[in-house]
Amino acid sequence: MKRLSYPFSPEAVRELKVGDMVLITGKLFTGRDAVHKYLHDGNKPPVDLKNQIIYHCGPVTMKDKKTGKWTVTAAGPTTSIREEPYQWEVIRDYGIVGVIGKGGMGQKTLDACKEHGCVYFHAIGGAAQVLAEKIKSVDGLYLEEFGLPEAIWELTVEEFPVVVTMDAHGNSLHKDVEESSRTALKEVL
Amino acid sequence: MTKKVATKKAAKKVLSKKVITKAPTKKLPVKKLDPKQKTIETLVELIKTTSTVVPDDVYRTLLKARTQEQAGSTASYAMNIINDNIELAKLKSQPLCQDTGTVIFFIYHPPGFHQTPFKELIKKAVVKATQKGYLRQNSVNSLTGENAGTNLGEGHPSIHFYEHNKKEVEVKLVLKGGGCENVSAQYSLPDTGLGAGRDLAGVRKVIIDAIHKAQGKGCGPGALGICIGGDRADSAYLAKKQLLRKLDDKNSHPELNKLENDIVETCNKLGIGPMGFGGKTTLLSCKITHANRVPASFFVSISYMCWAFRRQGIVMDKNNSIKKWLY
Repeated sequence: MKRLSYPFSPEAVRELKVGDMVLITGKLFTGRDAVHKYLHDGNKPPVDLKNQIIYHCGPVTMKDKKTGKWTVTAAGPTTSIREEPYQWEVIRDYGIVGVIGKGGMGQKTLDACKEHGCVYFHAIGGAAQVLAEKIKSVDGLYLEEFGLPEAIWELTVEEFPVVVTMDAHGNSLHKDVEESSRTALKEVL
Repeated sequence: MTKKVATKKAAKKVLSKKVITKAPTKKLPVKKLDPKQKTIETLVELIKTTSTVVPDDVYRTLLKARTQEQAGSTASYAMNIINDNIELAKLKSQPLCQDTGTVIFFIYHPPGFHQTPFKELIKKAVVKATQKGYLRQNSVNSLTGENAGTNLGEGHPSIHFYEHNKKEVEVKLVLKGGGCENVSAQYSLPDTGLGAGRDLAGVRKVIIDAIHKAQGKGCGPGALGICIGGDRADSAYLAKKQLLRKLDDKNSHPELNKLENDIVETCNKLGIGPMGFGGKTTLLSCKITHANRVPASFFVSISYMCWAFRRQGIVMDKNNSIKKWLY
């Protein structure tokens, strides 16, 4: 088990390799379909994403009526491949060093990871409670107009469990499994 | 001192006696919910359980799958987190997965049952369950992109009524997440690219192809509902309805039963594994039904359900309370 702690950097994530199980401690920003399209359309992000990690997640959130404070009650990853057309640009233009999601991403993102020093972390899909437990505070809410699941949530996490499935050296577990299962597919058909 | 204590004790005795003697004469207000409120409460309870607890048959299958993976592998790591998540969600009564999915109700009712008022109660229960955080604000207007935050809207929730010859009302609920819905598929046979003809061998090919295409994107290990035949709409719906079957049941149709087992066994040879990390369990189960088709069409519909298989059901008693859980 490896650890990655805030502040993050391209140098730190370049140390990570496909298959590494990593516990992340520090800051995460959620961002999914609406946010990626918004950035792709030329809008500037409402927060500085330099050396930050973006989490493909639309959490279940509850607002305390008295204090106005938000808590996240369920927060697993959403399917990342939908951001494939946009992710490479977000990595290039805003300097993010990590993407957390599920299902993996494609060649464009893999190339951008290698060029700019970024890693794709796979969180366990559907494990919304285990992952929400690791969120220690909700520090900000941006682009609320996209609806709560689609907004940017600034979160502090402790020992958030992920697996590196695409590293900054051009390796992708998704590519490997796709290929080996294709060979197996030919045998069983 | 001792005297004081004694008097205190005596006073206490009197006091407690008083309470006892007074209690029966005091009419406690019996909180009686009106039948509509009771139904809403019952339906909220169904939504809560469906969202937060995996059914026993699914849990048993997952536990078995967990033992198959090699200790220390990423697949085993994924299965352990899945197990922790199931326990934590149940303990905290919070959603297993943040994507609480399309809310799909199947209502089986006796003759003479009024569907329209029941629909309204379902909608109220859905709004309440959303406020309580059992459902995410998950319904988006497809034209405007607006999320009203209530989980109500055109076609939401999805409600299907069936008349049965029992006296009681049964309500089944499936919460179908978007990730696994996106890897669900429909094929039209023959499929020349796959060399799949209009027979069971062709059906087998397209199902396995769908699983290969899905890789880890549907949050595997997954469970399949399949329909062979029907028109495009019925076929997709009947495939999804197969998800109501318990994972350990047996198809009464011998040939389909054989195909179900064959699909699970074969797909688990692909090595896709939990989350697509590589590993032994790619599929937990496969349930197949069939429907007639017109000579020109031959559709095969595949409904993929993630490991967080959210399905529950209840039998309601005369007072609209939960008489029995179905899974």
